[in-house]
Amino acid sequence: MEESGSVDSVESLSKDVTYICPFIGPVRGSLTVTNYRLFFRCTDREPVFGLDLPLGALSRAEKIGAATSRGDVSYGLVCKDMRNLRFVHKELEDSLKKSAFEVLMKFAFPVSNNMSLFAFEYKQVFPENGWKVYDPLAEYKRQGLPNESWRISKVNDHYELCDSYPAALFVPVTITDEELRRVFSFRAKGRIPVLSWIHPESQAAVVRASQPMVGQNGRRCKEDEKLLQAIMDANAQSHKLFIFDARPSVNAAANKMKGGGYESEDAYQNAELVFLDIHNIHVMRESLRKLKEVVYPNIEESHWLSNLESTHWLEHIKLILAGALRIADKVESGKTSVVVHCSDGWDRTPQLTSLALIMLDSHYRTIRGFQILLEKEWLSFGHRFQQRVGHGDRNHTDADRSPIFLQFIDCVWQMTRQFPAAFEFNEYFLITILDHLYSCLFGTFLCNSEQQRLKEEVPKRTVSLWSFVNSQLEEFVNPLYVHYPSHVLFPTVGIRHLQLWVTYYIRWNPRMRPQEPVHQRYKELLAKRAELQKRVEELQREAANRTASSSSERAGSPTRSITPVQTFV
Amino acid sequence: MLSLGSVGAKSTKPSFVSYVTPEEIKLEKEPPKIEKHPDLLPGEVEFCCANPILKYTQDDMSQRGIFGTLFCTNFRVTFISDEKSQEETTKTFKNKLYGENDIPLMCVDHIYGVYDEKKKLITGGLVKNKYPSKMIIHCKDLRVFQFCLTFTKEEDAKKIFQGIAHHCLEERSLKCVFAFSYSGTPKMQRKCIILDKMQRKWETILFDSPEDWTQEMKRTRANCRLVTENENFELSQRLPKYFVIPSALGDLFSYQGKGFPIWCWSHHSGCALFKASLPPVTQEDGDFQKHLDIMLNAVAHNYLYSAKTEDLSESLPTIQDIQQSYNKFKQFFLIENSTDFWLSDVKWFSSLESSGWLDIIRQCLQKAVEVVECLEKDNTNVLITEEEGTDLCCVISSLVQIMLDPYYRTLMGFQSLVQKEWVAGCHAFLDRCNHLHQKDKECHSPVFLLFLECVWQLVQQHSPAFQFSETYLTVLSDSVDVPVFSTFLFNSAHHRESVMKAESPLAQSSPLSCPTVWDWSVQFDSKAQNFFFNPLYSEKVKHEKAVRKAHKPKHQRQLSLPSTAFKPPSKKGFFKDETDSLKKILRVKRLSRWMGSPDSPAATTRGFYESWKQRPLDYHGLLLPCLDGPAVRVWMQRYLRWIPEVHIMGGGSVAVMTKLMELLSQVQDLKRVLEQRDSSQAVKLDHRPYIQHRLLSFGSSGRLSSSFPFAYSRNRSFKPIIPTGLMQSLMVTDSLASQEDEASSFVSLV
Repeated sequence: MEESGSVDSVESLSKDVTYICPFIGPVRGSLTVTNYRLFFRCTDREPVFGLDLPLGALSRAEKIGAATSRGDVSYGLVCKDMRNLRFVHKELEDSLKKSAFEVLMKFAFPVSNNMSLFAFEYKQVFPENGWKVYDPLAEYKRQGLPNESWRISKVNDHYELCDSYPAALFVPVTITDEELRRVFSFRAKGRIPVLSWIHPESQAAVVRASQPMVGQNGRRCKEDEKLLQAIMDANAQSHKLFIFDARPSVNAAANKMKGGGYESEDAYQNAELVFLDIHNIHVMRESLRKLKEVVYPNIEESHWLSNLESTHWLEHIKLILAGALRIADKVESGKTSVVVHCSDGWDRTPQLTSLALIMLDSHYRTIRGFQILLEKEWLSFGHRFQQRVGHGDRNHTDADRSPIFLQFIDCVWQMTRQFPAAFEFNEYFLITILDHLYSCLFGTFLCNSEQQRLKEEVPKRTVSLWSFVNSQLEEFVNPLYVHYPSHVLFPTVGIRHLQLWVTYYIRWNPRMRPQEPVHQRYKELLAKRAELQKRVEELQREAANRTASSSSERAGSPTRSITPVQTFV
Repeated sequence: MLSLGSVGAKSTKPSFVSYVTPEEIKLEKEPPKIEKHPDLLPGEVEFCCANPILKYTQDDMSQRGIFGTLFCTNFRVTFISDEKSQEETTKTFKNKLYGENDIPLMCVDHIYGVYDEKKKLITGGLVKNKYPSKMIIHCKDLRVFQFCLTFTKEEDAKKIFQGIAHHCLEERSLKCVFAFSYSGTPKMQRKCIILDKMQRKWETILFDSPEDWTQEMKRTRANCRLVTENENFELSQRLPKYFVIPSALGDLFSYQGKGFPIWCWSHHSGCALFKASLPPVTQEDGDFQKHLDIMLNAVAHNYLYSAKTEDLSESLPTIQDIQQSYNKFKQFFLIENSTDFWLSDVKWFSSLESSGWLDIIRQCLQKAVEVVECLEKDNTNVLITEEEGTDLCCVISSLVQIMLDPYYRTLMGFQSLVQKEWVAGCHAFLDRCNHLHQKDKECHSPVFLLFLECVWQLVQQHSPAFQFSETYLTVLSDSVDVPVFSTFLFNSAHHRESVMKAESPLAQSSPLSCPTVWDWSVQFDSKAQNFFFNPLYSEKVKHEKAVRKAHKPKHQRQLSLPSTAFKPPSKKGFFKDETDSLKKILRVKRLSRWMGSPDSPAATTRGFYESWKQRPLDYHGLLLPCLDGPAVRVWMQRYLRWIPEVHIMGGGSVAVMTKLMELLSQVQDLKRVLEQRDSSQAVKLDHRPYIQHRLLSFGSSGRLSSSFPFAYSRNRSFKPIIPTGLMQSLMVTDSLASQEDEASSFVSLV
């Protein structure tokens, strides 16, 4: 990380370390561990081979085997970014000095060592302050809110009713705060149905929530029923409401045993409940683990396809995209409002709502719009990043970890593949987000909720990822982007059109690295056009000067007939 | 609309679709007979027709469809809707020979009949008895047509069914192929002869004259000998009319009946690639060994006394394997309805794998890379052999040339390569493509398609290196089954010549002249031909005069020492008895290479690929494919273009291509303006509209389907395609599935 160079301090430097590279074999060099990253530089090879890894990406580090007779120590590092590393070096004779491994363990897992994450030390200043990217009220205003049907409620202003929800909540005007308070107790973790997005024309709304606490006895809550009715009534175009339960119906039913469940058709008269059959965080974690086995370090050529199928990773992606597609279809084609929930409404629900929003609203396909989407649907609505990623925590077996956010980014990538001109950002933007999801360099993905982030003063004490990104936007721009304001995207979810994201999951394999992306050639063309255009204009000016005296023939400048195509480079 | 009534009026898609089930229609009054006839091509004759026939629309599995008349001619099966179709006229990519409702007879793959809800494959025996209620036609270009025969009169239905089955399935003679009636008309004859002359001037090299071969040898600086002794096929009827052999080979007539090492291409270092037919003979056969040694000796003499040889029939799948694998593979794309689609979507990857098709592609590319390594890195001559010498030899030699020689990555170069290796090279197109529906299954095999598949892999991995687009390859693969061109109709040069002579209407004076497939204007207008060009192609800087002379003597990516480092004389001096030692080295080399070697070939070429990859990419230099699992893909455009479930509205590579083409034309226009400026000294320019937009009329370009320019979706309303039966797809039997989401309480932070 270039930008961290000034801040992180070298904690350990070991020479004569061997990195056992699964692709090119063992390489010798020096290993530096700072409080932010691990840096290996090879000394005996041309071209120079380097390895740079933020310690935040470590999921697990352990010594392999006992020290050998020659005094070699070997340790393996399992990373969150789909690679494993292995180093071997001599045991230090000076027993007072801490070994590189100990230093590594200390700084890779600061939370387990009662230290603070590196993001709190990082003080780089960027021209833009990324914490200002998302202003909830401005975003809702963009959607035309509040309006005659929807109001902002301050009932959760101090996070006392729901500590995982944002302070600003949009609810139907016909529901009082008092009624809302009752709904809080009926929805799991107090995550009541609130507005996420509203269709600018039809007023059909996307509403998110957690499961109702129906339980085995079929508990009801008349305020909750009234709220859903009010959500339906806020949209004059339709007399129906769709409730999308992200879970498989079996799991939803099983939740009744634990007090949860789903909306019954008796209680919610005009609502239709649809299960989207998306599996839980544990299934997803297992699927990714299998995927890593299949792609790292080497790919078995002859069984590649069946191995890929056995991970089910793309099938999960298909189900999530299919779910989001159904939601978007109901809102766009059916002009119907929808309520989306899973169990707690912080994993599958943001996956579905944010994907549906990307399909429906072209604003979220711009770079800043996408940042707003993440800030809103994921961060403010309390996706448990700390738990799911396990920042700085050495407990790698924690069952709360799960690649939910990665899966969402994968779905977005699938959409960018299907609609190569519809997104302002490029693949590198998505990969950068994922890299900094783990790096702990920026404060953006720390903590579990808005309330926690405020308590820890994350916006004050850390730098936002968007400060970094928005200060060098040109890196992240898709040169093919065309802005079609009102286009709705309906992706194809057939597995025939889904691909494994090779440039992310298999990026460490040098054989799979793309040589030159299409974008490169496109950028060249854009540059060439700009150059030619300039020359034409110059000549024109020249010609105009020459004929200035004699002319009354101003048919219009020739350049005007060139259709302006957005130039981003 | 034929279905009439209020039902049709209410429908949201009033133009084609009938929302009435066939049962309902029966109750309604007889639709009025409209006499409609297809626009016949020259020489085309109508055999039979039937009306009304319901053609099911593919969009869903319901009984919806369009009414019209079904015809069978000597060229095609065609369906003409009773409705006026506006769509045809607005198409920017229209095939002039056949439209979306035409199936050239040669393009029919299988016909199924539905008898009492049971689907049966129609073979000769079934035709005689009764006709099915529904006829399903699977085409070689992967379209699927479904016709309902129950609305028309019984004898008409029977006649059309039997007619179609007869003309599409029964074995027939070559002279019944439409190309002969088409080109046989005097008008077409004159046209063809003119076209032929034009073509010769400056387009695809057909390799049917000694000059073409001399030119090619000159271009690649080959040091071989042109054989003209087979001009009248006296040496062999299986050999090309003209071919090139190593100059060291002695008297040709003494080897009669045995194969020759035929020159394919010379590397700039001097070493060359040869191919030969080699019948499988037992090891003890001394005569065979002797002949092989003579061939190798001759090959080795070409450069530095080095040669490697490989029998491709031992290391690659047989043509029967290829056929079987493709038969399995194509089934995944011949989809009749939505339910089938989503069901097959579930096991997509393992089905793909079980067909083995992608693996065969990988093996061919792998073998080609091995040959490239021999030529490029080791600078040895290579002789590939095979029983016939015209199947996998053609695949491998063409691939090698595409990887090594940038000229073959231009459109004209590629076409010339197909002519050189395949058409003039005597690939048995007629038998392999089974144009005549022969019963003998042994000799059918989609070898040429396999080659195109391999090329597609290269194109998608290194797009800027190719002047032609994926659309071009798709169209070319379709054109194999269009019975208008002579290119893919024959088994050998001798076959071609004798048939053309016999079929000529002016038999005495000159042989019949058929258009070649390379005359694309027969199928597409120039606007449509724009789609053949890859807008991403990074053209070579203009300085070099001719495109054809793309070969650079100085290779930047040469891995071995320059050839001057080893001079043949030094070697000569080293050996006392030259011929004896030579035989020894040859034996050693032959035993120690490729398939004989204990290392898997994949492992040895891996290093070659990796060292190539570390160098900066030069699109006009050596090109190697990545062969790792995820890199070998399904040719989506060819295989998925007719399946509405996978059409991405407003997306797909079309979106990129349209943008690129727009930009490219702007750049070109600007260049033109500058050139004009320069020439006319920029004085009176203001009067002229200089910038002419060649913008292709894409309509609302943001809303094209990914199947463009092939299938036009009727699905104008942009309804998403919601999958069905999702749960079947994912049976997670794990206990994980039933676990609670939240495993523990809060983890304290910081």
